[in-house]
Amino acid sequence: MREGSHNYLSARKGLWSWLATTDHKRIGILYAIACGTFFLLGGILATFVRTELGTPGETILDQDGYNQIFTLHGVVMVFLVIIPAIPGILGNFVLPIQIGAKDVAFPRLNLASWYLFMAGALMAVFGWLFVGKVDTGWTFYTPYSSGASNAVLWLTSAVFVAGFASIFTGLNFIVTVHKMRAPGMTWNRLPLFVWAIYATGIVQVLATPVIGITMVLLFLEKLMQIGIFDPALGGDPVLFQHFFWFYSHPAVYIMILPAMGIISDLMGTFSRQQVSGYTFIALSSVAIAFLGFLVWGHHMFVAGQSALSSIIFSMLTFLIGIPTGIKVFNWVATMYKGSVWLRTPMIYALMFLFLFTIGGLTGIMVGVLAVDVHLHDTYFIVAHFHYVMMGGALIGLIGGLHYWWPKMTGRMYNETAGVIAAVLVFIGFNLTFLPQFILGSRGMPRRYHDYTELLPSFPEFAPLNMASTIGSYILGVGLLMILVYALYSLFKGPKAPANPWGACTLEWTHTGPLPDEHNFHETPLVTRGPYDFHLADDVFGPKEEN
Amino acid sequence: MNDQSSIWLPEPASTVAGDVDTLFYFILVTSAILFVGVMGAMVTFAWRYRRRSENDRPEPVQESKIIEASWIAIPSILVAVVFIWGFRVFLELGIAPPNAYEINVTARKWSWTFTYPNGAVSTDLHVPVNRPVKLRMSSEDVIHSFFVPAFRVKADVLQGRYSYVWFEATRADTFNVVCAEYCGTAHSDMYASVVVQSQDDFESWLAENMGDGSLTPAQRGERVYTQQGCFACHTLDGTTSAGPTFLGLAGSTRNFTDGTSAVADDNYIRAAIVNPAQEIVEGFLPVMPGQYATTLPAEDIDALVAFIQEQQ
Repeated sequence: MREGSHNYLSARKGLWSWLATTDHKRIGILYAIACGTFFLLGGILATFVRTELGTPGETILDQDGYNQIFTLHGVVMVFLVIIPAIPGILGNFVLPIQIGAKDVAFPRLNLASWYLFMAGALMAVFGWLFVGKVDTGWTFYTPYSSGASNAVLWLTSAVFVAGFASIFTGLNFIVTVHKMRAPGMTWNRLPLFVWAIYATGIVQVLATPVIGITMVLLFLEKLMQIGIFDPALGGDPVLFQHFFWFYSHPAVYIMILPAMGIISDLMGTFSRQQVSGYTFIALSSVAIAFLGFLVWGHHMFVAGQSALSSIIFSMLTFLIGIPTGIKVFNWVATMYKGSVWLRTPMIYALMFLFLFTIGGLTGIMVGVLAVDVHLHDTYFIVAHFHYVMMGGALIGLIGGLHYWWPKMTGRMYNETAGVIAAVLVFIGFNLTFLPQFILGSRGMPRRYHDYTELLPSFPEFAPLNMASTIGSYILGVGLLMILVYALYSLFKGPKAPANPWGACTLEWTHTGPLPDEHNFHETPLVTRGPYDFHLADDVFGPKEEN
Repeated sequence: MNDQSSIWLPEPASTVAGDVDTLFYFILVTSAILFVGVMGAMVTFAWRYRRRSENDRPEPVQESKIIEASWIAIPSILVAVVFIWGFRVFLELGIAPPNAYEINVTARKWSWTFTYPNGAVSTDLHVPVNRPVKLRMSSEDVIHSFFVPAFRVKADVLQGRYSYVWFEATRADTFNVVCAEYCGTAHSDMYASVVVQSQDDFESWLAENMGDGSLTPAQRGERVYTQQGCFACHTLDGTTSAGPTFLGLAGSTRNFTDGTSAVADDNYIRAAIVNPAQEIVEGFLPVMPGQYATTLPAEDIDALVAFIQEQQ
């Protein structure tokens, strides 16, 4: 462990050293810049949507404008933020160091993945700006999308190209975890973040081709009039929904599993205690990766699939819900007889537990057949998946970014600012999305530009929507505050020590404040588990005898 | 009257709504208890075991088999209960009583049309109170979804096939029908009302709206049958021509040239009209033109189906 001047940031200089880098850490930073920009864009779009809905009638957007904005919000957030962000940023930066490797197995493939991701993103932006607006929703349901403008083809091609980025990343991590672990880094000594990214890789490799194929079929249908999904051409629109959800439900696990991995690491490190149920959490991630392929039909209980299919999909959905519930119990139990340190990353971990538990329990609600018939396609669903996707996946990401920030930048952020922003995010998030549960269960459909004509029967829609909109502004302020203190820290923050959290995984114990270009001078020899704080005399000094 | 409404759900107005609501509240209350329990433990642990010194290094906790088993058992039992319960109510929602009053529904961007057995047509749905009503729905363009929050029923409406929803309204009042599947520009303006009336009021409304010369769906179907020249290939008296006779067709089992078979329900008949080449009945050639999906309005197709179903 030398504190060299040749850390990964200073080893090479210039723009080209970044654009042509094969260093997993730098690629992680590239992903961070890209995903951060798209997150900002998606967030601005979200405030447009909420502003339009804040008061009845047309506020700032007409019907078509509103439909285009919520479509772009969904596409950007799903395909350009939540799916790539955690594997792309933190998986890239952290995973190889955590297993004691000098890089991922295929560094050039890794760089190619970022370029494909950017190509997909630029295609989406180019299509949007110069070809035409798309208003199909991020789900591209046929036959609506069959009749939409050809601009939809740009967007679906973008999804196709970005999909390959996802496959490359997943493949890389699978091979890296299998082949490049340091001596002593046995499977049951892998940090749970590694297990989670590994399981995610399996889903990325197996599921993503399906969305690619679906997008190609959509393409063929639109350009060559081959009837696949469009009933006017003899196709079957429900087939599209099957294909779409066959990818997009597993994709939910691409989004949430990595966040669960972060939460496991945070709960262990900030409780200084072994993560309860380590083996269960590790293996259930992999089990969920496979089971996740068998539940897609629960998006289609009222879409016209057979009742028998609906019943089977409902049952399998619960089967997958149980291990998720047990994980939550395990995370809470990790604090038991621990030493809980409430720093910003841990505050986000606890926030995750709060929000994700609501997301999970309301998931049970909508997994129940008879209840889903009423709740399907209402704001209840919107609230539910935001609790899972934002309250789960993105809050996990933000917690992880705070945790690994010192390692990535070599600097600390302001803890007080971090806590204030976290409180704003928490209040803003709940004020935004709790009212949406009530809006939905009372009957407000999703993707609604206006609810004025429903007000005579449902007067409560006005105040609930107003509350949600105010919440979204508070949430926005909280997130912007994070951006501000992060940028401040980047330039003016105090220098970070090598292991500010007293963590026991290799990225903290075996590298300097900023890792070297090839991570380690000597291959580390691993002698204990990732959360064996009681054995970590190398971190804490010899234990005092009582 | 208002005692059953709450902040969570609008006042129920159909026979199934009560069962759906009971299940909803059961899950809500159970979830709330679980949530408070988990959050209570989280806050308690975070406070009780807060860090007291920089060098705290607690010993690992022996994992308790009993606690872990209960973690697995309790959620498993709870979800098994709600699954089975939800399944039972789902069957109730899905299976219309055989005596249900049938109304045809056509959806399009961005309006609804309701056609009654006597030929009356309306843009708001009129139904009698305390009588099961079954809607046979199809779309002229994209997917829509028929949703009446007060009835707790919803079903997607597709082009090229029928989907169904049934309900029995429990009080005379007017309720909102909304479109729940995103369908483009005016998706959020695709409203209709359900006007629930007493049987007498409903009958007189029907009679008033029948108007002069309006045809029942089957009569309209007969007219289409004649005008489109279906009779050239499809007889009504049981004799075989270039195509199968319509006599006794509905409800019979059809054997296809590829060896499969199907019962001729309304969805089959509809598909055979709009997509005749898909399945060829044994003994016939694939000679029927395929243009009817685009040349016939949805109401004419519905009418033909009703006409064919009458040829028994």
